[in-house]
Order: sequence, then structure tokens, then C-alpha cells
Amino acid sequence: MDRRKFLTILGSTVAALSSAHLFSATPSYGRKLGTLKKAYTFFTQAESEFIEAAVARLIPADELGPGALEADVPYFIDQQLSGEYGAGARFYNQGPFGATTPYQGYQLALTPRQLYRAGIAATDQYCEETYGKRFAQLDPAKQDEVLKGLQGIAGDINLKDVPGATFFNHLLSDTKDGFFSDPAYGGNKDMIGWKLVGFPGVPAMYMGLIGRNEPYHVEPVDLRSLQEAKAPVDEHGHVIHRRAAIPRQTTAPTSRPTDSSYSDDSRPEPSFAV
Amino acid sequence: MGKVFSLNIHELPEEKIMATTLKPVDVVIIGVGWAGSILAKELAQTGLKVVGLERGGNRRQEDFTLPGIHDQLKYDRRLELFENLSRTTLTFRNTTREVARPMRRHGPFPWGEGVGGAGLHWAGWTWRMTPWDFQIKSQTIARYGEKMIPEDSTIQDWPITYDELEPYYDKFEYTLGISGKAGNLKGEIQPGGNPFEGPRAREYPNPPLKRSYGETLFANAARELGYHPFPMPAAQMSQPYKNPDGVTLGACVYCGYCMNTGCEVMAKAVPQTTTLPVALKTGNFEIRTHAAVTRINTSGNRAISVTYIDGQGRELEQPADLILLTAFTWSNTHLLLVSGIGKPYNPATGTGVVGKNYSWHNALPYIPLYYDEGHIFNPFMGAGALGTVIADFQGDNFDHTGLGFIGGNILAAIAMGHGPLTFQPTPPGTPSWGSEWKKALAYYYTRTVQIIGLHDHLSYRGNYMDLDPNYRDIYGNPLLRLTYDYGPNERRMSEYLVSVGDKIAKAMKPSKYAVYGLDAHFNAGAGYGIIHQVGGAITGTTPANSVVNKYLQSWDVPNLFVIGASSFPQISSFNPTGTVGALAYFAADAIKNKYLKNPGPLVPS
Repeated sequence: MDRRKFLTILGSTVAALSSAHLFSATPSYGRKLGTLKKAYTFFTQAESEFIEAAVARLIPADELGPGALEADVPYFIDQQLSGEYGAGARFYNQGPFGATTPYQGYQLALTPRQLYRAGIAATDQYCEETYGKRFAQLDPAKQDEVLKGLQGIAGDINLKDVPGATFFNHLLSDTKDGFFSDPAYGGNKDMIGWKLVGFPGVPAMYMGLIGRNEPYHVEPVDLRSLQEAKAPVDEHGHVIHRRAAIPRQTTAPTSRPTDSSYSDDSRPEPSFAV
Repeated sequence: MGKVFSLNIHELPEEKIMATTLKPVDVVIIGVGWAGSILAKELAQTGLKVVGLERGGNRRQEDFTLPGIHDQLKYDRRLELFENLSRTTLTFRNTTREVARPMRRHGPFPWGEGVGGAGLHWAGWTWRMTPWDFQIKSQTIARYGEKMIPEDSTIQDWPITYDELEPYYDKFEYTLGISGKAGNLKGEIQPGGNPFEGPRAREYPNPPLKRSYGETLFANAARELGYHPFPMPAAQMSQPYKNPDGVTLGACVYCGYCMNTGCEVMAKAVPQTTTLPVALKTGNFEIRTHAAVTRINTSGNRAISVTYIDGQGRELEQPADLILLTAFTWSNTHLLLVSGIGKPYNPATGTGVVGKNYSWHNALPYIPLYYDEGHIFNPFMGAGALGTVIADFQGDNFDHTGLGFIGGNILAAIAMGHGPLTFQPTPPGTPSWGSEWKKALAYYYTRTVQIIGLHDHLSYRGNYMDLDPNYRDIYGNPLLRLTYDYGPNERRMSEYLVSVGDKIAKAMKPSKYAVYGLDAHFNAGAGYGIIHQVGGAITGTTPANSVVNKYLQSWDVPNLFVIGASSFPQISSFNPTGTVGALAYFAADAIKNKYLKNPGPLVPS
């Protein structure tokens, strides 16, 4: 497409709608936020030890590279729990509560914050009673055993106070969210999660690339690097991606994984909302 | 007719707090999404003074700029543009034997709020229904006999035909600039389009979007099997476009952040980029945001005003000559019920109509296909409605003799833009965490294609909406209660469509794939997301079988129109927005050219 013509047409649209800031050639924000100083604001010391140990098992550091712990996922979860999500601010929290069917979704009277606090305490209590140690002090194999027990796929751990599977599912889902969200939220440090799967983050214009059976190996870009004008952009403000310094072939698996020994037997969640 | 029913639970408290009454206006519109913005534009252009009441906040095009909109956590996971459920939600149960519980969090069908409504966060699949879809019951009986209609099904023909609605589909598609390829131009079948569609007067306003690599594999396999693949009709512009109202849209850049958010290059048609600016330009249309309507007030068989709570916490009463209920299916049904307009549906007796014939547009089947070396799909590139479709198994496009069900699905390979926060494909048998999960995801994130079907869902006697006896919203109104499960037709259809999906998946030669049909029961805690909800204020031929007539005018209160997917007697395979848009233009036309000249019932009851 003729880019000048495209811009002209868009320019007239902007005028028609009287909306002034559709395209900013320099999307940088006025003030630099500087280096974020991370600190836990929700987890106690004991809770942080639990979370750090747990996420290191859920997405471990291994031959493919760093995992959730190295990506600062515990901090991401802490910040999410400190805010709107942790308070259940956008959830319906009113009673009455009572018997439910398996098809009625989340029906606990607990906010995510309360669920984590109770779930961590109950899991640690279970570990103390079963192994004489808290979760964080167990060896990795034992930790995996406990996590599978909570999830309900191997053994079946009944926690005091909270349903173990509900707690585990939150922990797993929040861990994955922290691994793949924009680093602005405190996890996915150095875009570790995005680099693992080959996701470019903030997109470029892909009109010329869509439809090709070709890898797109670029350095991912996050919101902060754009807001601080550290990533090159075109005249529309779209990112111009740079070819990845290290070709992805050296970090990504090149052979398909072998079949697994156990299955969660859960239906995958499609990625669409139409 | 014309009786207005009242419910005991709405008796006024002892000390009545008086609402402030505002200056009357010509038209009040409740809900400013696609339907509301179309009606606002059409009526404001005639010189009428129109007020739009929107319970959510304003959402402006300039809120969707770079780079902030490229944030999956905010839009796809925390659902920024969707309902804040701490204020109101639904309650849900599978059957009347259970106690309904509130949907405390968004599940399989999140729904929107704010200016633009679902028209802002939508993916842009812009379908027409086929002539058969409008006459599902009579056509089924004519071809297969009465016995093909499942016993408890309450499906009914529309009072409108495809041919009547065709000019209004056309108008909606040209206003939005839909990208697609016609399959039937005035009865002539066109190569490359959907040969099963109803005849169109002219070609789509824009050519189809580009095709992703995964779609190419699907299209090739479908053709080998003798099916007829064609491009999804998309509300993303394949080229810059100026619509008949003089509004211009940009060309899609396939950035992949499309659904659940706005578009920074104005390539996705949403009310903010099409209908709203034109409506506002008239000077006759005012939008009041954070204006939550709690009642439509009636006197005899006339709607006299609406009561709403505004952003300053005031309770206001807005009188108007004409009231248009143009919100989402939930709110349209809910407001009729809490206002005591029309007789609530009772599933035990089958009497009453408000809340009747609820159905949901579910995915069936869902097929992830996993490939090995030699195939890269770059799932982060795409557009909300980028897809290649077959309709060979839709509606009555294949012989159902001996199959034991009616209807079918559209089946699409999609490239909607799938970031890793919401798209984490791993083959069946992979654990959901640990090193094996990590390795599988790292390998398959760029090597997976998704196919989904969207299927016809019949309406049934037991699937309906009413008011919940136990839970309330923040305004003190009872929540809407949904009673719903899959019916026998859907379960039998599932088995068949899974076998069709399996055949196509095999032909696409992946190294692994899985084909998922319906689960045992609808699960409000599940996470996949298709938001299309229909019914509750359905259209029909008489007050006994419907809430609104063919012009979507209330049988009970002729100066009230209820416009939206709430009017569908059942859902077809096709996403409802195209039909909602066409119905909005159809109703606008009837109001302008019939009702305003002679206010009163447009169809005798």
C-alpha cells in the first residue's frame, strides 16, 4: 500500500472525528519512570518463600533457560494480589453462599488475596504434618508431589480451610500470567517468557508478513521501551522490530517433545472471544 | 393486549424517595452499542432530540492508541472493556431443580459495558443468516416432518424473511466496510465465496483480508474433500475505506491485538469509528455515561419515562415520547422484567414470553492442530475476523435424514491474533506445568493452528431467563437468573460435527491434533469465550409467541422498541452482530417511515 496515501486518508478520518491523538509519531511519555525498585507488599516472608519455591516448580529453570522465579513471577503475583485483582474488586462478592453444583464456577466467599493467604498456610501445615518441613524446605521431587496432590492429578490432598485444587489453579494461572504479561506488571523480567516462545511483544505492522510460512525471529519489545522511546518506531508509532541477536534456534527446542508420562486430562482453553 | 404486569417485589418502600424529573425529550435510547448508535444516528438525522443512556463509561477512539492497547493482561485477562461484576451479574443454574448461583467472575461468555458495548470489544465476524435460518421450523417440517423437531424445543420461524432484511444487511455491511467475498450475487453463485449464502444485491464493500498460512492449509484440505472454503466476512478493513456516511477507516495491519480492545489504526469497524461520530455530528444526540437505567416507567400501555442513577449518585427520571431498549440481551430482558412490561415466561406452564427462548452460541468442535518442523504459523499476527470458513455443514446445507438432529455449524481456521497470555497450545497428554509443559509450549506456540466451529443452538422449554429470588445488583434490583443447558439436538449434533472435524483435521496432516465436542453440561466456570447470547425478548407473529413484533416493537407498549439479539427466537451458526445491525436499520426504517407518521402498533395484535 502507498503509505503516504494511507496517512492522508487516516488524517482526514482524524479530522472527521475530531480526535486529536490517534497517531503520535513519538509515543514516548513525558516523564521517565526510572528503574523500578521491586519489593513485596502483600506476601509475608514465609509466604514469599512458599511462592518462590512453588513457581520454580511450575515453570522451572531448565535446559531451555530461566523459569518463573528468574522472571520475577513471585513479585508479579504479589503486586496483583496487592491490587484490584487481589481484592476481587471486579468480582461479584455478595452472599448468600451455600451448596453449588460443579457447573457454577467460583463460589467461595474468599477474595484472591484471602485464598492465597489461607491456601499457603494450609499447604505449609499439610507439609509440616506429612513431612515435618514447610513446603519451601522440601526437595523438588517432594514439592512436585505436593503440587500434584493439590491439583488432584496424583494423590489427593485435602487442605484445611480451602479447596486445594481451587488454590492450586489460581497459583498456576497467575504464574503463567506473570510469565507472559508485559514486564510493566513486574514479571516476565527481561521478556524471558516472550523469548521462550518467540513472541515479539508490542507488534509491528505485519501486512507484508501475514500468510508466510517463515519464522519471525526478532528482539521482543515491551511497553516501557516504547514509552521511553528506546525502541525504533515508524511514523505511525508502530514498532520496527530488530532481528534477534541470538537466533531462536539455539534457545528453542528443535525437536518435538516426547509424549508425556502423565496427563491432566483437561480441555485446553481456545484462544478466542468472538 | 396492552396489559402491563406488575410484580410484588417491586412494591415501593414505605418512604418513597422522589426522583428528579428532567425535561422531556423525543427519544431515549438505553444502551449505546451497535443497535443504540444506529438508532441514534438514524433518528437524530431526522431532527428528533435523542438522549442515549449508557451505564458504563465513555470509551473514545483516542483511548486506543499506541502503545498502551498492546497489553494482554489488561484487555484479555482482566477484561478491561467487560462488565465490572461487583456491580451486577447473572445467576446461573443448569436446570430449574437447582439453586442458581451468581457468576462471580466472567466465564465462558464475558459481556461488555460502556460506550460502544460489545461492538467495541468484538472480533468483527460479520455474518448474515441464510434464508433457511429465518424459517428453521417450517423448513425442517417441510423436508423431514414434525418428528424432526425435538420434543421440548421451542424454536420458531422469524416473522421476517431473509429477502426483507437483505437491504438492511447491505446497509450495515457498507456502513462498516466489511471485507469479504460474495458467494451469491442475485442468485448467481460466485467462485471463492460462500455458495450456501442467500442472494446479495451486490459484492462486499471491501475485498477479503489476506490469508494466514494456517488458513491456507485448511482451505487446501477442505477443497480436497470437496468442500467450499471462503474468507470470513470481516469488520477489519482490507484497504482504507470511506463509508456512505463519509467516515473513513484505515487498513488493517494484522497486529494481532484486535478482539477485547480497540484499534489504533481505526481498521476495525466499531461504533466509535462508524456510527457514533455521524450521530453526534447532527447535534441532536447526547450521550449520558454512567447512567444506569433501573426502570422503564409505564402508564397504561404507554412508556412515559425511564428512571436512572447518574454518575453523581442522583436518581433521575427522563420522560420521552419514544423509548428504545438497545442494550445487550441480558439488560434488555432484565429491564423488561424489573419494569413489569410483558408477561414473564413460566417454563412449567409454557405461558408468558419475557425471558423465553434463551440460547447461546457455543464452539463446536474446537480443533487444535500441532505441526512439526517445516510449518510456522506466527500466531501473534492476525486480525479478529481473520479466518477461512466452510459452511458445507451449516443449517440444512446437507441431508439430515437419519441423523437425528437439525442444523449444523460453520467451521473456521482462525488467525485472530493469539498472544501467549491466552494461547498456550500443548498437545493432548502434556502436563499443565513443569519442564515438559514448558518445552511443549516453546515448541508448539508457533506451530499450532486452531479450527473452531460455531453451531446452531435450538431454543428449549427449559432454557430461559427470569428474576433471581436471592441475589441483587448494587441498585437493589434482583439479578437476572439464567437457566440453561445443552439440549438433545446439540448433543447429537456434537457427535456428528466432531466426526466432520476429525476428517478435516486428518486431511490437514498435522503431527497431532485433538477434536473437542460438547462437554457433559454447560459449565459457567469454564474459560473459553464466545459472548453471543440471544432470546428473552423474541420477535414473532403474535403476542402469544413473542415479546416484540417484526419491527421489534413491544406488543404491550407500542412506544417501546426492544432492539438487539434479545429478539432472536434461537441462534443460528452465524455470529449475531450482522443480523443485529440489519435489524437495527430495519427497525429504524419502520420508526421513521411508519411509526412517526402514525404512532401506534405497527402490527395489529
